[in-house]
Amino acid sequence: MPERTLMGGNIAVGEGALLAGCQAYFGYPITPQNDLLEFMARRMPELGRVFLQTESELAAINMVYGAAAVGFRTMTSTSSPGFSLQQEGISYMAGAEMPAVIVNIMRAGPGLGNIGGAQGDYMQCTRGGGHGDYYLITLTPSTVQEMMDLTMLAFELADKYRNPVLVIADGFLGQAMEPVTIREKVKKLPEKKWAITGAKGRPKNLINSFEMNPLDHPRRIKLLLEKFERMRVHEVRYEGLNLDDADIVLVAYGSAARSAITAMNIARKNKLRVGLVRPITVFPFPYQPLADLAERGCKFVVAEMSGGQMIEDVRIAVGNQNEIKLVNSYGGVPLEADPIFETIDLLM
Amino acid sequence: MSNADKNDYENVIFARPDIMVDRSTHFCPGCGHGIIQRLVGEALEELKLHERAICIGSIGCTVTAYEYYKVDGMEAPHGRAPAVATAIKRCRPNLVPFSIQGDGDLASIGTAEIVHAAARGEKITIIFANNATYGMTGGQLAPTTLMGMYSSSTPDGRNAAQSGFPIRVSEMLATLDGPAYIARVAVNSPANVRKAGKAINLAFRTQLAGLGFAMVEVLSMCPINWKVEPVDAPEWMVKNMIPQFPLGEFKVLPAVAALKKADRE
Repeated sequence: MPERTLMGGNIAVGEGALLAGCQAYFGYPITPQNDLLEFMARRMPELGRVFLQTESELAAINMVYGAAAVGFRTMTSTSSPGFSLQQEGISYMAGAEMPAVIVNIMRAGPGLGNIGGAQGDYMQCTRGGGHGDYYLITLTPSTVQEMMDLTMLAFELADKYRNPVLVIADGFLGQAMEPVTIREKVKKLPEKKWAITGAKGRPKNLINSFEMNPLDHPRRIKLLLEKFERMRVHEVRYEGLNLDDADIVLVAYGSAARSAITAMNIARKNKLRVGLVRPITVFPFPYQPLADLAERGCKFVVAEMSGGQMIEDVRIAVGNQNEIKLVNSYGGVPLEADPIFETIDLLM
Repeated sequence: MSNADKNDYENVIFARPDIMVDRSTHFCPGCGHGIIQRLVGEALEELKLHERAICIGSIGCTVTAYEYYKVDGMEAPHGRAPAVATAIKRCRPNLVPFSIQGDGDLASIGTAEIVHAAARGEKITIIFANNATYGMTGGQLAPTTLMGMYSSSTPDGRNAAQSGFPIRVSEMLATLDGPAYIARVAVNSPANVRKAGKAINLAFRTQLAGLGFAMVEVLSMCPINWKVEPVDAPEWMVKNMIPQFPLGEFKVLPAVAALKKADRE
């Protein structure tokens, strides 16, 4: 029987990283993800792996870049203001095709904002975030179990595509305690012939994003764009609930999806035909399932903990024919089920 | 000097180290960077680091430093080479990461990374090419630009009220407990080039012996941005730059001094 235990969300990310064979962790303290950094500070050295508390999130992401370049499974975790600082390094890593996992336990912005949970980094995460043409697979756990599972998946996808992968949650989920089934440890890590391990018995390897000759650069970018297209084709993940007869479809991810499910259940008790699409990847976004529901004439309620960011992707999927309502919270307060249900009620 | 024509070996007194790629450099006429790259190449060759060295290119005139060596390499964002090198060394301690960083890269945008790598005593080797200007971007004010010196962003010369004062990085880092070896050298004369080569070699041996952080600051000519003829640049350095940035050793741990002593014996 697999072990089942009570665990906090941030800790589940750390346990997932250990199970996935993360060999090096670099991070800087920032609320609300400090317990993850502290967990790694204790566990990584115990396992003979690399842990370093860095001088800044900038240094952390550049150490992740260096660790990825020597072929290590590596990660950092941070929260929104720190994530902004890391965009420089993430862009370099995307350009140099370096696999790594970046965990963003989001808090409210802009600026220093508030340490309460939020989903205000959606655009930054799903549109690359730093400079240049790139995208990152972005996974959005909504339970503590998924904090573990999707962190493990993130390492697999990072190596599969040689690209950084994001796991984004919010401060509420990071602090949540739930029962978790401990997954099996990853036994064999992939071989990385491109890594810089010393030019022994082979020509030298080079990790870079730079092309001195502008005529050479489009070729490199074209390969990247083709890779992002493969992600769009193969890596869309979502959960659909009660969609078969749904007149109204809720769209929500992460913590907001938990409240949306409660609102859906209240609605069903009131004989309202309400379903839910929960994106598990927000890049690539599940445009097609939503487009199919729109074709059927469904109305949509987008529930998110931001000023209204994911709703723009829902609009792209759904178009202008169907009604779309936003119900949201922002500034570091949770989105509760009541206002979501009230919005459903308004649409009926 | 294995690159020499074997038939004529007796007569060869100077040749490209075999660890260096046979290609021309992208540096301007009279620039000191080519000399620094070669001195690093000689150290890598002498210490047989073909299979262990990792050259980290930083941003500025050293951006393609990795193109000149037959060793593994990677590119770091502006100022971040010490962080990248830190991770490489901690993950794979047998590798020998090094970077050649310019003054804008190391002493302006990358101050946090260099200070903390030094403070942690990371076992990495940093070659700090100081030419008192932003060479690559066209000669703007650098953190090391001299008082009164023209730059394209201080057209009337550097003045303290506007731009403050130049930073002496070697002296500053030498106040920390982490560094094992810190020296400032110059490549303005044959004698100084020889001394610079020895210091760079020692900085690599400090890493190989696991003694701690090693940095060699190399004063380097940039005639095109100093607005002097290449032939006059070495003398310009003696008159203007060395008084502000005196040559010498600022931190030599006893264990590093022992390495040096072993050299002489």
